Amino acid sequence: MKKFFLLNCVLASVLLVSACSTVKLNEVPVEDKSGSGISADSLNGANVKSGIASVQAQGLGKMVLGPVNVDKVIYFDFDSYMLRADAQPVVQAHADYLRNNKDKKISLEGNTDERGGSEYNLALGQKRADAVKKALSILGVNESQIEAVSFGKEKPAVQGAEESAFAKNRRVELSYR
Amino acid sequence: MIRFFAHRLKVFPSQLLFLTMAFVFLVSGSSAWAQFKVEVTGVGVTQVPVHLNGFRDEGQSPQKISAIIQADLERSAQFRVSTTALSLDETSRPDVSMLRARGAENFVTGSVTKLADGRFDVRFRLWDLMKSQDLGGASYAVVPGDLRRAAHQISDFIYEKLTGDKGIFSTRIAYVTKNGNRFNLWIADADGDNAQPALTSPEPIISPSWAPNGVQLAYVSFESRKPVVYVHDVASGKRKIVANFKGSNSAPSWSPDGQQMAVTLSRDGGSQIFLIPSSGGEAQRLTQSASIDTEPVFTPDASAIYFVSDRGGSPQIYRMPAKGGPVQRVTFNGSYNISPSISPDGKKLAYISRQGGQFKLYIMDLQTEQFEALSDTSADEKPSFAPNGKLIIYATQLAGKEALMTVNWENKTAVRLNGQAGDIREPNWGPFMKSN
Repeated sequence: MKKFFLLNCVLASVLLVSACSTVKLNEVPVEDKSGSGISADSLNGANVKSGIASVQAQGLGKMVLGPVNVDKVIYFDFDSYMLRADAQPVVQAHADYLRNNKDKKISLEGNTDERGGSEYNLALGQKRADAVKKALSILGVNESQIEAVSFGKEKPAVQGAEESAFAKNRRVELSYR
Repeated sequence: MIRFFAHRLKVFPSQLLFLTMAFVFLVSGSSAWAQFKVEVTGVGVTQVPVHLNGFRDEGQSPQKISAIIQADLERSAQFRVSTTALSLDETSRPDVSMLRARGAENFVTGSVTKLADGRFDVRFRLWDLMKSQDLGGASYAVVPGDLRRAAHQISDFIYEKLTGDKGIFSTRIAYVTKNGNRFNLWIADADGDNAQPALTSPEPIISPSWAPNGVQLAYVSFESRKPVVYVHDVASGKRKIVANFKGSNSAPSWSPDGQQMAVTLSRDGGSQIFLIPSSGGEAQRLTQSASIDTEPVFTPDASAIYFVSDRGGSPQIYRMPAKGGPVQRVTFNGSYNISPSISPDGKKLAYISRQGGQFKLYIMDLQTEQFEALSDTSADEKPSFAPNGKLIIYATQLAGKEALMTVNWENKTAVRLNGQAGDIREPNWGPFMKSN
């Protein structure tokens, strides 16, 4: 490191001495400051730097409450898109509520853990949401009341790169509209 | 005039070369130039040597033009840049024999002059020292906010003259940052600097995709608590929903003529690929599978679409005619290959492959089907080719923090982009602009 540095200092001083001997020659096609021969490639701030107009997205407000005392999250095993046994009573409770409240709509929001690509995880989260949708349909809920969507890995419930966090993020959130 | 040039070389156990170059200039002992640093990692670098002379009077400009040019050329990994601080500008003929004796083959001089109206006149000239030939120059009269742009255009000029390919330094990139519950979509210069927010949202934004015209950006926004595809005119901020079918709408990819977009919709159940007009409208289904089909990308000749499917049991990259039809598997190595990006010449496929639990950027020659890893990081995502095909931008993690990198796939030299601290992801490289 030190050697490199010294070497460069020596080189620099050589260049400095040489700099003094540099001359301007007139016979070469070099232009003066009037710029003839230098392409008048003038950058115009207005058209070259297209400005960016910043937009503010609002997002939705708070969701409508669904059935009380019923879980609104269903968890999934690693690499699995099947409802676990412990999810059955939760799905049943939501199905009952939706059958008795035909004006209510539910959004099933599939989620994955953070491993892998954003778009492929979006598709995996969709599989989880679709699985809950299918279970609700089988239990007699009108399909027009259900929308299955995915957030992929974008909205983790818990931060962290360990299995306990991953397990909490592999989920479908049930939100009413 | 004093000049220091510190150069540090370190060899990692992995035999990869890690280069840290720190450049400190002291001009006339008075105005010290800001310290500038570029990190380069890579192997087998073959580079064109360029001597870059400090631009006369650039100390008086808010941007150090020669430092921006230097960083650009180094990021391309196609140049070996050395710097000088000789009393020369674009009007001077350099001492060719002296510079040649220093090993210089090409030489750049220039100047920055403040104009009466507040603009700056940036001028430069490029010399081929081996032929003692003036390769040309240009003059740019710009407002202070466009000084970086002028520097990038000079870099493009030098790049094109010395490599024969078009430079990408004045193109733009898009990427997304996350800060707490705040998501931002940014438009930045190709070096990551000069970032301006195009969209701010309380919900995630993913998969930005530049339109071939370079003025619109498609992306997926979750602002209505579901993934919806928007097309956004970045100059005016006007945006339009182009896919908001029941279920999820994602993975927008423009056809080369900009008229259509391939998207992934779940409206029929599952995730399947559809074609929609880029102005929005009816969706035409392209894939018919009971599996996941997503991440469509058109080939530059518009004849085919590469996409990801788990129809074989694990996510792999496939190819089909652009109008749908027989599907052909492309990747076979490993059990997780996603996020295809096709080079502008249609010959290379960049993608992410999971190997031993690590997500790595790979490149495949589509003719020979030879493939290789391009990175030494382990959480790579979303590769996107530069419009000249020489560099690939991708997201990754460095020391546990999200970062954007570019890599020259020919010599595997990777450089971290300037810009935001914190979570930064989902990069997409814009096209050449007409004004380039």
